[in-house]
Amino acid sequence: MSALAAEGVGIDFGGVRAVDNVSFTTAEHGVTAIIGPNGAGKTTLFNMLSGVYRPGRGRVRLFGEDVTGEPPHRLAARGLSRTFQNLQIFFQMTALENVMVGNHLGERHNVWRHLLPLPGVFAEEKAARQAARKELQHVGLADVADRPASSLAYGMLKRLEIARALVAKPRVLLLDEPAAGCNATETEALSALIRRLAGEGLAIVLVEHDMAMVMSLSDRVVVLDQGRVIADGAPEAVRADPAVRAAYLGVEV
Amino acid sequence: MVARFATPLVLLVLIVGVFFAVDSSFILRVAALVFIYGLAAIGLNILVGDCGQVSLGHAGFLGIGAYATAVLPAQTGLHPLLAMVVGVVAAGLLALLVGRPVLRLRGHALAVATLGLGILVAMVITNEAWLTGGPDGMRVERLTLFGWRVRGADNWYWITAGVLLLGALVACSIKASPTGRALRAVHDSEVAAMVAGIDVARYKTLAFVISAVYAGVAGGLLALYDGFVTPDVAGFLNSIELITMVVLGGMGSVLGAVVGATILTALPQLLTAFSEYEHMVLGLIMMVVMIVLRAGIVPSLLALVGRGGRA
Repeated sequence: MSALAAEGVGIDFGGVRAVDNVSFTTAEHGVTAIIGPNGAGKTTLFNMLSGVYRPGRGRVRLFGEDVTGEPPHRLAARGLSRTFQNLQIFFQMTALENVMVGNHLGERHNVWRHLLPLPGVFAEEKAARQAARKELQHVGLADVADRPASSLAYGMLKRLEIARALVAKPRVLLLDEPAAGCNATETEALSALIRRLAGEGLAIVLVEHDMAMVMSLSDRVVVLDQGRVIADGAPEAVRADPAVRAAYLGVEV
Repeated sequence: MVARFATPLVLLVLIVGVFFAVDSSFILRVAALVFIYGLAAIGLNILVGDCGQVSLGHAGFLGIGAYATAVLPAQTGLHPLLAMVVGVVAAGLLALLVGRPVLRLRGHALAVATLGLGILVAMVITNEAWLTGGPDGMRVERLTLFGWRVRGADNWYWITAGVLLLGALVACSIKASPTGRALRAVHDSEVAAMVAGIDVARYKTLAFVISAVYAGVAGGLLALYDGFVTPDVAGFLNSIELITMVVLGGMGSVLGAVVGATILTALPQLLTAFSEYEHMVLGLIMMVVMIVLRAGIVPSLLALVGRGGRA
């Protein structure tokens, strides 16, 4: 069974076909990359896969179940999480609190219990804090756990988003340009992290412009151009595809 | 632990301190009014400061609490305290009912919609004169507890202070819980909150209901304390004062809400020396405070002291 599947997905914005008839499937684990020139519709496709946009056409399946048009919080409960190209950080919180929000689904949410200072709630909070700390350690942010998120560098915030997504223990993780704005060392660390996560059995869908990273990490590459899939296959095959070369107009792929 | 008890403890010390430092029933009366409005401001701050949603009609919920406490005993002979409970439940239910459709709006649209809600309540109170006495208002039956008629500045001081402390404790508990964190997540980034599994519409409505319940309790207390209610309690000006208390004292700060309530309630009493310039001076103070202490009085001062925490 595929983890995530798009079946003829499309959406229009003001009469412009932003994404049109996109179909692909991802394996239950491993890395699938979605690449394409700027404006190809990669982020729009991500927004539809993660429930931020409702697809105008087609279906989205998660582990075989039709989840088309389900809101993000329901998809999260089904095991799908994502990060954002332009950061979506809770800037009024510390790094640790950001990750603790990611654990929302793992917490008990009987509001009545939160109205009074109950010892049981204290204990749960302590456990949540520990889980979040562990996740920060995974992405190498343990040292800055208690700093305000607003004081962290860009590369750190990218990893903070990943930690926040991971603490929920998703089965499918969508990463929207995780390496954008990162230096070579940060990109290398990120690649290692993604490789490890894929090895642990996570299905990762990656939108990325860093071709070296895409080619080295991906099991499968889907190429979008002007909202359509123009190639789909193993990294080497896609690299050799004439249509892909044409779309990138001479850019070395 | 500390986060939940620090602010209620500070308030308790202040409340006891003021009581023994002051030997004037006038000041105790003003203080009781401060506590009542402080309670309403703490509740509104959960919606505005924590969850990031504005309500410009919150005095409507104050009015529902106040008029339930006034009308029900007069019409049905219900005990004023029970009448107040009915008013609080009614305020919460109204918030639950209108919360989802209204809180789907953002920014200016949300401001205008909530403004409309407040005006609607005030209009109903004004127009249903057979029940509410209309624009002239109506008397409220005196509160009697186990045969004891509650009267006197001292007693009202302690009753309102007790309710304020309870309200502060509940607010601090919410803030330090997963619920409080979810509310702040909605404030900072709705889309990231959704992706984290937070049902954004549900949490916005929850914050709206909680703040309406606080306002309902404050309204009921106000009616019992004053012994008289007028439609002004639900009016536009009162709504604006409530939101001003929150912003002036500090968004998201429980202590800030009480400080804001103190300034807007007590300062006009102290400024009567300026006679007709009273409101000018008050306006000037508000402007200067916002320019100098942009995050509101309490958070700005805390940051200055270097603790930078949320009180």
